[in-house]
Amino acid sequence: MSNMILLGTRKGTVIFDRTNGAWRPRKIVHEGIPVCYATSDPRDGTLWASLDHGHWGPKLSRSRDGGATWEDAPVKYPEGARYIVKVLPTPDFDPEAPVGEPEYAPATVYKIWNLAFGSVDQPGRIYAGTIPGGLFVSNDGGESWELNRPLWNHESRGGDLFAGDATSENRWQGTPASVDYGVFEPGIHSIIVDPRDPDHIYVAVSTAGVIETTDGGRTWQGRSRGMLNDYSPDPEAEWVHDPHFVTSCAGQPDHLWQQNHCGVFYSDDGARNWRKVSAPDAGVHFGFPVAADAQDGRTAWVVPARSDMERMAIAGGLFVARTSDGGQSWQAFRDGLPQDNAYDIVLRHALDAAGDCLCFGSTTGNVYLSEDRGETWQCLGNNYPPVYSVRFG
Amino acid sequence: MPTVEMTRHLYRFFPALENRTITVPTGSVAEVLRAVNDIAPGFTDYVLDEHGALRRHVILSINDTIVIDRKTLSDHVPDDGTVSIFQALSGG
Repeated sequence: MSNMILLGTRKGTVIFDRTNGAWRPRKIVHEGIPVCYATSDPRDGTLWASLDHGHWGPKLSRSRDGGATWEDAPVKYPEGARYIVKVLPTPDFDPEAPVGEPEYAPATVYKIWNLAFGSVDQPGRIYAGTIPGGLFVSNDGGESWELNRPLWNHESRGGDLFAGDATSENRWQGTPASVDYGVFEPGIHSIIVDPRDPDHIYVAVSTAGVIETTDGGRTWQGRSRGMLNDYSPDPEAEWVHDPHFVTSCAGQPDHLWQQNHCGVFYSDDGARNWRKVSAPDAGVHFGFPVAADAQDGRTAWVVPARSDMERMAIAGGLFVARTSDGGQSWQAFRDGLPQDNAYDIVLRHALDAAGDCLCFGSTTGNVYLSEDRGETWQCLGNNYPPVYSVRFG
Repeated sequence: MPTVEMTRHLYRFFPALENRTITVPTGSVAEVLRAVNDIAPGFTDYVLDEHGALRRHVILSINDTIVIDRKTLSDHVPDDGTVSIFQALSGG
């Protein structure tokens, strides 16, 4: 059973410890600094927080002494890394207008959105996903980082822009999460390393889709078949998808779950095929996070929200939905969660599962914990800053 | 030698710069910032992006003049100059 929970919040990193069966928060660290993701490395216990400094640039912060002291681990794009600028469509956007020449921009890290860790046989291997759409790899515990160039130079993004101008069309779109930085660029928010084979990795991009490598990042293939983007002229087009979060079952890694802008999607064949398993009549459709059971690939949890113009709790009440049959049916659990005047949204990284425990935090600063697989909930606090991420340590 | 002043917010991350007069050899703005980085390693990561340009929400002035060359930081800082580094404030 996990004895630590890390929250990334609008005002710092909150760590809960479980002592004698009770969860207690420590004094907040990174005080006043937005932390978009906080997690721990299961291999050596190093704690990581992705800081979203407003003025001073995004930084990774690392603690090798259980949270007593923290140090920076900067992530930087290499010289020559460029991308094709995406422009946020304005109300007068004319889709029929001729496409002009691409505009290029040198890449800079706007946000370090997600972290994942290599296998136990790769002790220093860490992955970081950014806005604008870079996958960085460290082989020395975060001392240095290298941009994965085959993904950055993928033909779906325009080809090798280190070498020259675009040789193909940039099909990746921006994520609204980038607008705060004055840009409209894609972001990698999900990184999944296959426990059976560390060269087998999935990333998910808002907005492009799911992408897989089976050769340690030398080549990448889109894996969005079956995903449907309802608001696109062609809902099945390869690169139009907005997965909000993608995760897999650790014990059955071919079982992947995805909370998408346009529904909940499930794959039981390693993302070769996705199928929509939403239950809109039960409220299970729109949302941001999804958590998969570590043993049973057919079991997952979501925290549904009201789609999608409003982005708030459904009918003023929070609930968690669980499936144990691959999304054929969903069970809603409300015991211990507010059912009146609740407006909470749970963001993409703000739900996690570990054994029988689940925890989520909301943009309203409420944190809830279940120790019985989501069936009943206890409140860990109502006055936290807006919660961006929740991870068991 | 030029003097460097900065928002106290940066002292939180670089306490070695607090409660002291920071003087550095004369040179370009880029050279001045590198000299500050020698005193407080990592400092330039906070005020410059990976291309060596001033971060979008950072302002730097020489005496009372805000530098225009934010990309290459080529402005010369005179021997009696004061470089000030502060946040771009947008209200709220």
